[in-house]
Amino acid sequence: MEKVIVVENLTKAFGRFKAVDQISFEVEKGEIFGFLGANGAGKTTAMRMLCGLSIPTSGKAIVAGYDIRTQPEMIKKNIGYMSQKFALYEDLTVAENIRFYAGIYHVPEKEIAPRTQKLLERLGLEHEKDSLVKALPLGWKQKLAFSVAVFHHPGIVFLDEPTGGVDPVTRRQFWEMIYEATDSGITVFVTTHYMDEAEYCDRVSIMVDGKIAALDTPANLKKEFDANNMDEVFYRLARNASRKAD
Amino acid sequence: MISCNNISKKYKKVQALSDISFEVKPGEIFGLIGPDGAGKTTLFRILTTLILADEGVAAVNGLDVVKDYKLIRERVGYMPGRFSLYQDLSVEENLNFFATVFNTTVEENYALVRDIYQQIEPFKTRKAGKLSGGMKQKLALSCALIHKPTVLFLDEPTTGVDPVSRKEFWGMLKKLQQQGITILVSTPYMDEASLCDRIALIQKGRLLTIDSPGKIADSFKKTLLSVSSENMSMLLTDLRAIPEVESCYAFGDSHHITLKNRTSEYKQEHSDSRRKMADDITVIINNLKVNLEAKNHINVIIKEIKPGIEDCFMELSKNNM
Repeated sequence: MEKVIVVENLTKAFGRFKAVDQISFEVEKGEIFGFLGANGAGKTTAMRMLCGLSIPTSGKAIVAGYDIRTQPEMIKKNIGYMSQKFALYEDLTVAENIRFYAGIYHVPEKEIAPRTQKLLERLGLEHEKDSLVKALPLGWKQKLAFSVAVFHHPGIVFLDEPTGGVDPVTRRQFWEMIYEATDSGITVFVTTHYMDEAEYCDRVSIMVDGKIAALDTPANLKKEFDANNMDEVFYRLARNASRKAD
Repeated sequence: MISCNNISKKYKKVQALSDISFEVKPGEIFGLIGPDGAGKTTLFRILTTLILADEGVAAVNGLDVVKDYKLIRERVGYMPGRFSLYQDLSVEENLNFFATVFNTTVEENYALVRDIYQQIEPFKTRKAGKLSGGMKQKLALSCALIHKPTVLFLDEPTTGVDPVSRKEFWGMLKKLQQQGITILVSTPYMDEASLCDRIALIQKGRLLTIDSPGKIADSFKKTLLSVSSENMSMLLTDLRAIPEVESCYAFGDSHHITLKNRTSEYKQEHSDSRRKMADDITVIINNLKVNLEAKNHINVIIKEIKPGIEDCFMELSKNNM
């Protein structure tokens, strides 16, 4: 199986504080990889390094075939990224947002129009293409943000709490979009605080105090921790965290 | 303790709240549960006298939110969704400031905040802006409590907070309830519903239902089945293709389905023979299993289950599109 993320002893220290402490793992092509952890466990710091936004203190990682230390710009071009907090420009229209991201990611000019059309049809947003993004309901925004994040056909997409606050029906539609994306070969790296969503991942890692405390399929994790669901697995691992902080 | 009668509010073209009526009893933890954009924050702002409703009347502590707004502000504690303390004051300074504004002292009401404040006291000289999310939340709660309010308004206190910290936070709320404080709390997490005495489900500015979590679950009219197999993604598609299946949603490690023509009325018609009813559901489950196995599903497990609040929310929200 092709590995699209390979992480070895990755560490990020801020002074004496090790936000991420020697983590190692691999993610395979087409996998949905759930990256869980309590607030303050080091998820965001780790994710920033994998996206080429922060240089590690030690250790190494290869993402989409590029070294995060020496080729961060190549990584940024070859991944998609979507966060809950900021994904789209509220004061641009739906079409303008798509055009903007297509430009930033150098999508070939002649590809933009047909891909835009396809995207709008899939989301049923044809009539909203000239609406400002701020006028859309949150659920639509998140679905649009995901489509925009994979518009340039990246090998990997990083999703940082993509479904926070989204209504239950849309949350599920969002996951169906993730499944569709992986069917076309995209690898999905996702964080969430909804433990039912952890079940939808092929494999899940749980970070505690800067380290990866567990990594396996949801079924194996439940077996290992003799738990009925992922919520119990998470609770058992994270409740003893010494970083109660964030 | 809180009463809302036919409250409506519009922002330009957007109807934020439509005809909202409910009551919160003294000493209750009442949850307002719904997604972002449902109108939760607007309702909180009306009840805490920060904005005016277009229509309807509301009272807190028996005081009118329009006429008696000054008195209400003295008596309630409000923790907004966005962190709203002074970032460049220290932990201790923020708490003192809020006590002073309400004409009291930290010492006078320390007993009320002790359990919560002690957890951040080691950092009392740190600037509030430099605190982690969990510590900010505890400081904000301490500041909202320091004048010993009778009613506490908490707008999405657990959003973006991990499951372990959320459990801890709800533990703190239960303790405050034991000290006689009435709590109105909003959340987008459906699993927190069971921690409230009563809840209102809200979507697109309308209340879908108001009751205890248990009674809301009991009022679910349909037979609910949980279905799982080795290939959950294919199972979702295959279940939706079955004509008898009315709705099908992923729920963690299983899919929840409801069936057409199986409502509680149907159950009642057959109540003379509970045995027959049980046989009946066994037949349905067996047929469904055979059907799925014919489509190459292995390890098919089908069970009749009790609905959770999220099942109820999705069922009720269908009628509010």
